[in-house]
Amino acid sequence: MAQTRSFNPYTENGGTILAISGQDFSVIAGDTRQSEGYSIQTRYAPKVFRLTDRAVLAVNGFAADGNMFVKKVKQRLEWYKHAHSKDMPLKAIARLIQTMLYAKRFFPYYVYNILGGIEEDGTGAVYSFDPVGSYEREACRAAGAAQSLVQPFLDNQIYFKNQVAAPGTTHPAHLPLPDVLSIVIDSFTSATERHIEVGDGLEVYIVLAKGRDLQDFEAIRARNVHLTQELTVTEDGERIFVMRLDLKKD
Amino acid sequence: MAAAATVYNPAGFDFSNQIRNNFLADRGLPLPKATSTGTTIVGCLFKDGIILGADTRATEGDIVADKNCEKIHYITESIRCCGAGTAADTEFTTAMISSNMELHGLSTGRKPRVVTAMTMLKQYLFRYQGHVGAALVLGGVDATGPHLFTIHPHGSTDKLPYVTMGSGSLAAMAVFEAQWKPNMTREAALDLVNAAISAGIFNDLGSGSNVDACVITATKTDMLRNFVKPNERVTKERTYGFRRGTTAFTKEEIRSLVVQEEIIGVRDDAMDIDGS
Amino acid sequence: MEYNGGSVVAMVGKGCVAIASDLRLGNQALGISSNFQKIFPITDRIYLGLPGLATDVTTLKEQFRYRVNMYTIKEEREIEPEAFAHLVSSTLYERRFGPYFIEPVMAGLTKKPSGEYRPFIAASDLIGCLNFAKDFVVAGTASSKLFGVAEGLWEPDLEPEDLFETISQTLLNAVDRDAYSGWGAIVHVITPESVITRTLKGRMD
Repeated sequence: MAQTRSFNPYTENGGTILAISGQDFSVIAGDTRQSEGYSIQTRYAPKVFRLTDRAVLAVNGFAADGNMFVKKVKQRLEWYKHAHSKDMPLKAIARLIQTMLYAKRFFPYYVYNILGGIEEDGTGAVYSFDPVGSYEREACRAAGAAQSLVQPFLDNQIYFKNQVAAPGTTHPAHLPLPDVLSIVIDSFTSATERHIEVGDGLEVYIVLAKGRDLQDFEAIRARNVHLTQELTVTEDGERIFVMRLDLKKD
Repeated sequence: MAAAATVYNPAGFDFSNQIRNNFLADRGLPLPKATSTGTTIVGCLFKDGIILGADTRATEGDIVADKNCEKIHYITESIRCCGAGTAADTEFTTAMISSNMELHGLSTGRKPRVVTAMTMLKQYLFRYQGHVGAALVLGGVDATGPHLFTIHPHGSTDKLPYVTMGSGSLAAMAVFEAQWKPNMTREAALDLVNAAISAGIFNDLGSGSNVDACVITATKTDMLRNFVKPNERVTKERTYGFRRGTTAFTKEEIRSLVVQEEIIGVRDDAMDIDGS
Repeated sequence: MEYNGGSVVAMVGKGCVAIASDLRLGNQALGISSNFQKIFPITDRIYLGLPGLATDVTTLKEQFRYRVNMYTIKEEREIEPEAFAHLVSSTLYERRFGPYFIEPVMAGLTKKPSGEYRPFIAASDLIGCLNFAKDFVVAGTASSKLFGVAEGLWEPDLEPEDLFETISQTLLNAVDRDAYSGWGAIVHVITPESVITRTLKGRMD
């Protein structure tokens, strides 16, 4: 009798990522738990990576593919820098990611990507991708295990969906940075409560546009001095920070 | 319909939806997920009796359905049972055995024994060939001393000084294997049970939230509900109240539950002619 | 659950409870009705939501009406929410090996001996495992979305009008991300004095 055996090269490693753009900033966050089935493989596996001083990439899905993909994107960005003596612009990185994903259309990277950062015109931007490279620029996006928990909450709090504005007012197109950070943190604590694969730690990357007033950010930073670290490398003007917070570990 | 003749249906399960459900399953309709207790449950023997322990998370797939459910079920005053597996099965099986133990106690005039509960449970589970998905840790103290059993869904049983079950059983058993000793004090045994359940809570994704414990001795049973709460939610960064009038609605109907009674005078005061 | 679609959520407020559902009846992806009621009054102060297979919604609604009436006649008093929750639970467990495709959600007010009312909510899975939550319960095809939004928006001690806003926003935003739920929504807020029923204005796609 003919027997069929098969090797499945993919697995799911849980976790969730999310990104929100503002007028002159972008916030990209991800939890740090990596799991398989009911087991935790590690409580600290970063899913969010600095690409340049104005671009951050979050990857979620199959961790091995995710890490390899980030490595290859970083390599392409390095080559670009050597060839052109500048960092690749955000929208170009977005297109690069599309071509890299689609190149493996019939053996895809099993990952959802969210790219966040600052455009050349100084606006905050978020690009979200499917595993084979279909992408779109948006104001906010959640992906991963708890996407279904977080995205409708973001629709309500970021896009003000289903909310009638008070008489004589309209909803703002962009939220201020402190509000966005609060919503990001609350999204993750909520997802941790109700999804078994989300938890352990939270990394929030904050990309600030060139010449942005830093008052609001410094106030938040002052409250979390030991948790916040600056990752800016170049003198181009954009600044990039990471905030590391704890999530529940059960 | 049999139910039309009497309020209560005949004893046992009703299988009459099975033909329809199999038809729907063939058409590709997925069966909704039943709540399962991914669970860490444990029990251990100590100097004066038995301690049972459980976490409090109930899951539906990878979603947490209940953050603080009760998995240590009452059998008799001095016998309790932890349940893992299909939540409804553990709930109803233990409730049914609990009633039968009460009746058994009444008819024999003695306090029923742990082995009796164990035998009733295993015979019931064996009859259903594993389809009643209850994995149990049964413990208690009776006239013959302390007893601790595990009962698997197919009806097999074990009698051991320390036991664990559920998806967190390996994490919890690791703690027991490393630290359990015969004749531990109540305090030491309670700490050990707490450590074993905590190992499940933190290392097994199917288990979580709080630690429940139950200490059973010959004289007293202490149900320590939420014995330790290591996973309280932190306060949110902001509040999410809405301005009244945020949600648009097209129709409103208010049904008053207070009986309104208006008293109408039948006499007209203007016509009062009592001669004053 | 995905055959006809639909979702229900219930929440506890300060001295009040609310229960809300969408109004869609579908045949898989095809929408059939935008006025399919899934929430039914059981007594003045108990409401029951039945998301799931539509044929079972109708069957169980009648079954519970019958059993609650029998209870009322035999006991000569109205059923309390706790007892009703167990009635629901045992009715479903009876069919453990051939279940109804329904995940009931209950909301009501329990009368305390002092005469005051205490909020009560509960949910059950399709075979009768009860979940007594102190904050909110959800069920239906949008359950994971409802869990996420409710976990974010719910706060303790909301007054009836504020609870209405919170439960409505939770439901509307959750069903907008669910292909099988939506097509209108209805909310009942139960207070000791009255039951406020509102039909919401939302996306109809």
